[in-house]
Amino acid sequence: MEKITKVLVLGSGALKIGEAGEFDYSGSQALKALKEEGITTVLINPNIATVQTSEDIADIIYYLPVTPFFVEKIIQKEQPEGVLLAFGGQTALNCGIALHQDGIFEKYGLKVLGTPVQAIIETEDREKFAQLLASINIKTPRSVAVTTVADALNAGLEIGFPIIVRAAFTLGGQGSGFCNNLDELKNLAEKAFSYADQVLVEESLKGWKEVEYEVVRDCYDNVITVCNMENFDPLGIHTGESIVVAPSQTLTNSEYHKLRKISIEIVKRVGIIGECNVQYALDPYSEDYRVIEVNARLSRSSALASKATGYPLAFVAAKLALGFGLHELKNSVTKTTTAFFEPALDYMVCKIPRWDLNKFQGVSREIGSSMKSVGEIMAIGRSFEEVIQKGLRMIGVGMHGFAANKEIEVGDIELALSNPTDTRIFVIEQAFRQGYTVEEIHQKTKIDRWFLDKLMRIHETSVELESYHSLETLPDLLLLQAKQQGFSDFQIARLVLSDTDYGRNDQIQVSLRNWRKQRGIIPYVKQIDTLAAEHPAVTNYLYMTYHGSEHDIDFEADDRSVIVLGSGAYRIGSSVEFDWSGVNALKTIDKAGFRSVMINYNPETVSTDYDSSSRLYFEELSLERVLDIVELEQPFGTIVSTGGQIPNNLAIRLYNQGVKLLGTSALSIDQAENRHKFSAMLDKIGVDQPAWKELSSVEDIVKFTEEVGFPVLVRPSYVLSGAAMNIVSNISELRHFLELATKVSKQHPVVVSKFLTDAKEIEMDAVADKGEIIVYAISEHIEFAGVHSGDATIMFPPQKVYVETLRRIKKISREIALELQISGPFNIQFLAKDNDVKVIECNLRASRSLPFVSKVLKTNFIDYATRIMLGQKVEKPGKTLFDIDYIGVKASQFSFSRLSKADPVLGVDMASTGEVGCIGDDYYEAILKAMLSVGYKIPKKNILISSGPMRSKTELLQSAVMLVERGYNLFATRGTYQFFEENGIPSTMVHWPDVPESPNAFDLLRERKIDMVINIPRNLTESELQNDYTIRRAAVDFNIPLITNARLASAFIYAFTRYTLDDLSIKSWGEY
Amino acid sequence: MKDKNYRKATLVLEDGMSFSGWSFGYEAATSGEIVFNTAMTGYPESLTDPSYCGQIIVLTYPSIGNYGVPAKTMEDGMYRFFESDRIHASGLIIADYSEKFNHWNAQQSLGDWLIAEKVPGLFGIDTRMLTKIIREKGTMLAKIIFDDDISLNDPSLLNLVDQVSIKEKIVYGTGRNKIMLVDCGVKSNIIRYLLRYDTTVVRVPWNYDYSQEEYDGLFISNGPGDPVQCMTAVNHLQQSIQGNHPIFGICLGHQLLSLATGAETYKLKFGHRSHNQPVLEVGTNKAWLTSQNHGYAVKTESIPDGWLPYFVNLNDQSNEGIKHVKKPFFSTQFHPEASSGPTDTAFLFTHFINAIEAWKK
Repeated sequence: MEKITKVLVLGSGALKIGEAGEFDYSGSQALKALKEEGITTVLINPNIATVQTSEDIADIIYYLPVTPFFVEKIIQKEQPEGVLLAFGGQTALNCGIALHQDGIFEKYGLKVLGTPVQAIIETEDREKFAQLLASINIKTPRSVAVTTVADALNAGLEIGFPIIVRAAFTLGGQGSGFCNNLDELKNLAEKAFSYADQVLVEESLKGWKEVEYEVVRDCYDNVITVCNMENFDPLGIHTGESIVVAPSQTLTNSEYHKLRKISIEIVKRVGIIGECNVQYALDPYSEDYRVIEVNARLSRSSALASKATGYPLAFVAAKLALGFGLHELKNSVTKTTTAFFEPALDYMVCKIPRWDLNKFQGVSREIGSSMKSVGEIMAIGRSFEEVIQKGLRMIGVGMHGFAANKEIEVGDIELALSNPTDTRIFVIEQAFRQGYTVEEIHQKTKIDRWFLDKLMRIHETSVELESYHSLETLPDLLLLQAKQQGFSDFQIARLVLSDTDYGRNDQIQVSLRNWRKQRGIIPYVKQIDTLAAEHPAVTNYLYMTYHGSEHDIDFEADDRSVIVLGSGAYRIGSSVEFDWSGVNALKTIDKAGFRSVMINYNPETVSTDYDSSSRLYFEELSLERVLDIVELEQPFGTIVSTGGQIPNNLAIRLYNQGVKLLGTSALSIDQAENRHKFSAMLDKIGVDQPAWKELSSVEDIVKFTEEVGFPVLVRPSYVLSGAAMNIVSNISELRHFLELATKVSKQHPVVVSKFLTDAKEIEMDAVADKGEIIVYAISEHIEFAGVHSGDATIMFPPQKVYVETLRRIKKISREIALELQISGPFNIQFLAKDNDVKVIECNLRASRSLPFVSKVLKTNFIDYATRIMLGQKVEKPGKTLFDIDYIGVKASQFSFSRLSKADPVLGVDMASTGEVGCIGDDYYEAILKAMLSVGYKIPKKNILISSGPMRSKTELLQSAVMLVERGYNLFATRGTYQFFEENGIPSTMVHWPDVPESPNAFDLLRERKIDMVINIPRNLTESELQNDYTIRRAAVDFNIPLITNARLASAFIYAFTRYTLDDLSIKSWGEY
Repeated sequence: MKDKNYRKATLVLEDGMSFSGWSFGYEAATSGEIVFNTAMTGYPESLTDPSYCGQIIVLTYPSIGNYGVPAKTMEDGMYRFFESDRIHASGLIIADYSEKFNHWNAQQSLGDWLIAEKVPGLFGIDTRMLTKIIREKGTMLAKIIFDDDISLNDPSLLNLVDQVSIKEKIVYGTGRNKIMLVDCGVKSNIIRYLLRYDTTVVRVPWNYDYSQEEYDGLFISNGPGDPVQCMTAVNHLQQSIQGNHPIFGICLGHQLLSLATGAETYKLKFGHRSHNQPVLEVGTNKAWLTSQNHGYAVKTESIPDGWLPYFVNLNDQSNEGIKHVKKPFFSTQFHPEASSGPTDTAFLFTHFINAIEAWKK
């Protein structure tokens, strides 16, 4: 092994659909593995909220775009000897392939560690890869490309029916479909050729099982498969959209090992060094199979496999890239055996995706071959019933498991079974209740009968529970059976005590809990040890099950455990930033000499890594389960303020059950969360807020709007990331929206508040100790209020806020902190117009922007907060935001391209899936880096502008002048064209998409003649005119940068007309 | 609820500990040595593996019975989907039983099969807890009882090999290379592997004297129990290693060959029974995952001159094979024929056949 001393690692950038937190896990593990070998690590990743971009993980960190341009600049500067491409998802891989093809690695003598780039390229080209596999007699789906209907029919006969027809190079699957015979094929082929010149005729594998293997190979040609996984949903649904179990449940030994053997042959043939994922279709009626995909890198599935088995895949893959053999590495979980082994599971896991489709207007709810989910959960248990019910609670969509849920609305149940959507599993339960048999549902869904039989057992138990009406008559055996099948106390209480008012408080479920404990029916804590108890293991990786009779571990009850509640599934509004907060809290707890205990169930996180805490419960963040753990651990205290909204919502409920919370009192949290109490408090301390009222009838709301005038913001209380809130501008919108909003939040009245137009939004992030602010950061949104703070572009320190405003914000924050006696992190959102400052929201927990301000200010707010919560005395740091001479800009990443038909427009409801934070010497440099990091490009020539209402037209005027001065060609829709004309700005008028005249906006987009689209919606709420929607959607579908906010468009235009790419400084975090 | 469909039964360990479970197999008391297996697939193969004769198997994977039990389809004179013609294990202990199964190749449920073969099975037991007890205290005797108690029987006092070996010679195939297979409780997949090459397999009883027979290669099979119970076979082997016919032994066959060389065997605390035993070819960087099922092992330090350790276990450094320094004799503690388990070391059958081809020249 030649000695390598400095290695470059490419990160995956902002979280997006299909590329999320799993790469923070894999990158962090790789960096730790390199560090252990004494190697200096250089990381490029603009995702500032990640754990991997923290000072003790990587040595040198660049918050810059992961693109060939910037990576080459960094290579030039840092002169590393090796580079890792496999740990930053497709973003890093694509960037690496581009650099390899441009000869950059060769030019700088940089060695690609791990799988050779050429091998990766072979796996990325579908056709070449199929040929490669055919050469070693491995089957892939048969596919023939044809250019005539006659050839299509021949191909159909050759392949055999059923087949699938795909029109090549079209969007959203137009012209594609299944056919069972020649006539259907003829019809479909004719249709397909109207979309494209080339059509693919492929064998249909619809209904086949989908199975994956995670394979690892070292440079000595030693290979293991760490894990296999089986999709609950058969082929046709992307594995990222499927419910997945590990290990496989319905495969015989012969099938398991046949596919395992093929995986090994593939990996040896490709020459993987490190990790690889192989996906199969397996015939449910024979051992016939097809290889459908190979990922020659760490993937979402490998992160899941790692968490499912306890095998540190990414860590090991990094070591293998350095030239170690598997047998030379230790199993970091057992610490006694080697890394050359395959984990034996004595439990099973279930992964369930989390969708947020209701956040998008117009999006299709059907799930299929492309990914739409934004996060996932993993449930661990010892029966399928147990894991599926746990898992369905964990995804946090208001369901209590498989059974005993609120009724979901299903129009046509048969259609809903055969056309899968994000709620299909709940449709299955409904079908059971309507008397459908397992066989009937199998025919509709093709889900394996084994899974359906298990679901049926849950359903049958729920029916049996319903036949009892008191705890006293409920047989212990049935209660135990229900618990073993994953029923929560809440579910059982609802079924058995169905006529009581169970929804309003926790009293009923707690009474069931106490009854259950008296009967000796309790869950047991089990270890994940990778070897099914064969050898003793030093592992603190735990789960709980009712299929047990003893705990695997002893509980010290020494008052030294500190429990941190994690953030649960990533979703829009709660993402990697809360993982960063949780992980940092754990670190501080350990450093302070306590035992850190994490509860979380998100497999995409660093907080669920085996080495992030002293003890990890891969468990539910529910009242029931947290109480279970608290009773066993007898902790010093529990922290609820670093995991986002889920723990925050649990605070008062845990407090009511006598759980000792660290930091700000649960009563204060409740006071801040409850709009009514919070408002009364603001009134009491004399702090201004927008006029609002909590109202429960439409008439009252109308009356209120007459008093304060439109526009108003309408929202329910206890919201997560603005779900179901909206700005309405007139009475008809109001009535329309109220129907939707009140329906989703029946238990909470509607809050209506006056909405201020053209107001600045300013955020205060701070940490206080018994009401006294210790550290703080004030940041400013570029967009005016009306864009959700999670979607807004944020600068820190603030650049364009009056000093007087800042002074007032500090004063108000101090008053609030004191009044609520805050001890720990908090965030307040302000509106400022002129020097008028109003408070709009206050959260007594770590906020989304906390890692961003912590890293820009180089002051770890969570460390301060945690030390305070542990009762330590902390000193105020000497440095404040006024002392730094550089700027950070946080920009949002959107995933509209994945969400076909969704309107890519921003509003009060959050839509972004991720974010980046970049640092610059001035505002324009920082914003340019940030925008480039979320996928924008500096346009080359042509810009299409529809500038919307008059105030955004005015806002964009100066930007338009600058663009013209720089030689850009402006294309404008009619009103904008006229406005430019009047102001002496030359532009070309283009027709709206629905006007059959040339030049037409849609044609220009389709022909890719436009380099950037600025499309400002006419107002914030009303369903947009079809034309504007068509332009925005086309921009997304044709991958043309789109900006829909005039303030952001201006800022971006100012930045790129001022700086070129080469002007941007290549400075690491440490150099600021 | 379970009490409507299943009868309660008790598992009692030698040390007096007892576990209550639900019976889903044959309802009769049984006794045997209790062992655990950590494989996640392959219960039909394991239950019919003659090496489990006299043992009560604990499966650590919690959900068992998922894909049912295949039909008794005959192929080459053997049941295609099983390792022998019947269940050899004395009992089965699992955590959760899938009474509903689904697989294209399934003919009946695991429970029905156990009943038909008169083998008791219990579910509803904390198999992880049980496994930890066996791991800590070592393999021990155990019994499954219903209403009436029975006494514990120690299978190690019996010659189990004699129970599972055939009584009369059977010939399979009509190929060019004649393999003398000494059946100590051979798994069918070993015969299937050998037949893939151009072979005639002559399967003879464990104590058969083949010294006067014509053959090209000698194979010593796997089998149950303590190798020192099979001294007749060891004596025959001592003759064979004086000659030059290629020899290949698997599992018990490995232990018998080792005893024939003068090496010693010993009882492991709780044995190796899993699909994930890592072995390294001694003196190389080549490692493989193997399927294993044995309670005894060869003492590495007792391997005499003229013989070398072939493979070593990466978990506990125990011996996993020997080979002769010059002659084409080798054996493995693990199961290259897999079934159930990983097939990574199947190449050893090719080595054996190549050795035969070379020897014939």
